[in-house]
Amino acid sequence: MNKILRKEQLSDEVWRMEIEVPHIARERKAGQFIILQVDVDFGERIPLTVADADTERGSITLVFQTVGATTHKLAELNEGDKVASVLGPLGRPSIIEKVGRVTCVGGGIGAAPLFPIVQANKAVGNHVTVVLGARNKELLIMEKDMRKTADEVIVCTDDGSHGRKGLVTEPLKELCESGTPPDGVVAIGPPIMMKFCAETTRPFEIPTTVSLNTIMIDGTGMCGGCRVTVGGETKFVCVDGPEFDGHKVDFDNMMKRNLAYKNSETRAHDSYHEAGECNLEKAARVMEKNNE
Amino acid sequence: MSEKTQLDKKAKVLLEGLLKEGELKAKDRLQIPQQQMPAQPSEERIKNNFEVATGYTEAMARVEALRCLQCVNKPCVEGCPVAIDIPAFIKAIAEARHNDAIGIIKQTSLLPSVCGRVCPQETQCMERCTLGKALKDMEKGVAIGRLERFAADLERESGKTVPPSIKPETGKKVAVIGSGPAGITFAVDVRREGHSVTLFEALHKPGGVLMYGIPEFRLPKSIVEKEIDNLEKMGVEIVPNFVIGRSRSLKSLLEEDGYSAVFIGSGAGLPKFMGIPGENLVGVFSANEYLTRANLMKAYDTERSATPISRGKRVAVFGGGNVAMDAARTAVRLGAEKVYLVYRRTEKEMPARIEEVSHAKEEGVEFLLLQNATKIIGDENDHVTGIECIRYELGEPDESGRRSPVPIGGSEFVMDVDSVIVAIGNESNPLIAATTPEIEVDKRGRILVDENNETSMRGVFAGGDIVLGAATVILAMGEGRNAAAAVNARMQSADSHK
Ligand SMILES: Cc1cc2nc3c(=O)[nH]c(=O)nc-3n(C[C@H](O)[C@H](O)[C@H](O)COP(=O)(O)OP(=O)(O)OC[C@H]3O[C@@H](n4cnc5c(N)ncnc54)[C@H](O)[C@@H]3O)c2cc1C
Ligand code: FES
Repeated sequence: MNKILRKEQLSDEVWRMEIEVPHIARERKAGQFIILQVDVDFGERIPLTVADADTERGSITLVFQTVGATTHKLAELNEGDKVASVLGPLGRPSIIEKVGRVTCVGGGIGAAPLFPIVQANKAVGNHVTVVLGARNKELLIMEKDMRKTADEVIVCTDDGSHGRKGLVTEPLKELCESGTPPDGVVAIGPPIMMKFCAETTRPFEIPTTVSLNTIMIDGTGMCGGCRVTVGGETKFVCVDGPEFDGHKVDFDNMMKRNLAYKNSETRAHDSYHEAGECNLEKAARVMEKNNE
Repeated sequence: MSEKTQLDKKAKVLLEGLLKEGELKAKDRLQIPQQQMPAQPSEERIKNNFEVATGYTEAMARVEALRCLQCVNKPCVEGCPVAIDIPAFIKAIAEARHNDAIGIIKQTSLLPSVCGRVCPQETQCMERCTLGKALKDMEKGVAIGRLERFAADLERESGKTVPPSIKPETGKKVAVIGSGPAGITFAVDVRREGHSVTLFEALHKPGGVLMYGIPEFRLPKSIVEKEIDNLEKMGVEIVPNFVIGRSRSLKSLLEEDGYSAVFIGSGAGLPKFMGIPGENLVGVFSANEYLTRANLMKAYDTERSATPISRGKRVAVFGGGNVAMDAARTAVRLGAEKVYLVYRRTEKEMPARIEEVSHAKEEGVEFLLLQNATKIIGDENDHVTGIECIRYELGEPDESGRRSPVPIGGSEFVMDVDSVIVAIGNESNPLIAATTPEIEVDKRGRILVDENNETSMRGVFAGGDIVLGAATVILAMGEGRNAAAAVNARMQSADSHK
């Protein structure tokens, strides 16, 4: 159990790992996540979305960026090593229905958890457009897999080193304005990206699902550390989510809560959605101006 | 000389004198002073996480045991949820037959080192103690819990704990969900009969609240680990990081995985919030989160733990139970300059153990009684800066004679704090009920059971906080026992019908 079967570096800071956990491979559905530790005695518990699973090999695939102490330690493990603890699958599975046209937006390493959702949407017969975004070509992941699966893939980078130069919200807006607008949108990436995707689709009243990755401890609804405000109500991301109606999520509060331990004397908290935040925050300010 | 050495010296002198006197009369026993529990001085203990109460020495225990009047009608036993033969084990201690003492306790209780430390004795056994009544001060009754702890610690520290004997393997499999006191007790009792037992635990370490909730300074984790070791020695298989309802459905355990019965001891792990504005600000925590970071994740050990914890300087804790005391005292140890405990009623109504209340006060926790928070205030970064409270007064007694608190209009005021810990209770974790519709629950999500602790789904039993709502360790243990007896009986009758 928990043996690393395969390890692969996707980019400078991004890794893909296939880990043997047969019961999670068997039970997990698109949209669910796990919580792992690299050290059971003093290690932190961090949530990571399951990017893929292979029931025959009894394995799950995780994609993570080295942003904090735990993800760095995880990246130091090698094939054949064991991850100290893996709990899951957690959270509610994505609700995948045949609605017609679906646009799936993945920012940075959010492309990894988006992939099973793209697959599931194809499987029920939806027409799927994928919009992938990253800071630069080097940080763009899963493009090949997406191209193999989706009907259409639009790539953007902040610096124009690959695909369109610009933010994911630009093609998203064009799609909403087009003659064949999406019937549903799914956005997974840094909170700021998800926030602006939701803002982009709001005027068009297109249902927009986002997958939240907050600070977590137990992942079973016991601590409330993962709570967010959705439509004025408190929800626990680990049991009520991780997917929510993007038009109702209080992203500003969530982003502030995610930074709770950033400036403390203690170590930086791991959360893959924080990755690349600074750059995106810059982008967001530009976007905010443009929206004004 | 440390306090403990002094107390021990005094006790030795006293004991010698008492033993010389031969058979003691009731009036002699009434004269013996209650033996104080030695404790780390408060100014020292707030700087560490070691256990506060350090335990009786043998002399203190024997002196305390000699206070017991050995009443024939044993009212204390009626007060004990698992009916330990209290006078008998106390007599054994008085006569220095400590092995006998622990043997008597273990006939009905499984976790005496734990219960001796955390049971609310003052509302159970000690509430009925004849000595306390005679002295017109129930707190001065025989210190039953301290004696229980003494006997249990002595055995544990001797390393001579004998795990219960196990009958020949029956080949039957039983699953347990949750490794708190209910699950542990159930597992032991069913394993004894020779059935194979698998214990599934969602967290990475077994023990339930004993591990993640109750702090090290009140219940050292090494004690809980020892109990878990004993389980493993008995051959109970423990599967951590496995959450029933997600990692595997309860139904599959019965229908596909070959378990003949399942016991749900999943606890009351769903933190309640107040529902007031500002509760999702940065710096507001449920007590569960705060305590889990501190205990299970060992965040107090900044050197080694990777898990961060908030180290507020001015902390407000909402609530008046054990959970609130634990959170407040943890905040003190994490370096808070000021810790307030905000409670809507008066000290008399506080559900916390008396000892915890007095320890909290000694450690400088300031009690703000007959007050309640109405709002949490934050700055532009959503960080907590204060709370708005309102004062209460006790109203007219209701039918039950209890005077419930009513808010005083216009009495609102603001207090500066940088952290808030909400410790107003826990409700039932809904995961299993939500993923197993066959199991009936009440309006508050508690699983409904019959007198055998069996749920509406045949072969599925439940007990502890998931049935009782947030209750106590001893009640959880009692329920585990009751369910185990029913499961064992069911298995036996299944055999005889073959
Ligand atoms: C901070 C605090 C202080 C307390 N102080 C005292 C005290 O001084 N004295 C006292 O008598 N009582 C005290 N209590 C109450 C006491 O701890 C509980 O009543 C008791 O632990 C309940 O036992 P249990 O076995 O029902 O559940 P728990 O101890 O809650 O254990 C339940 C276990 O089940 C696991 N679980 C839940 N769902 C699943 C699932 N789906 N699959 C697998 N595992 C699952 C949980 O992770 C947990 O480990 C305190 C409680 C708290 C929180
Ligand atoms: S992570 Fe603890 S409740 Fe969600």
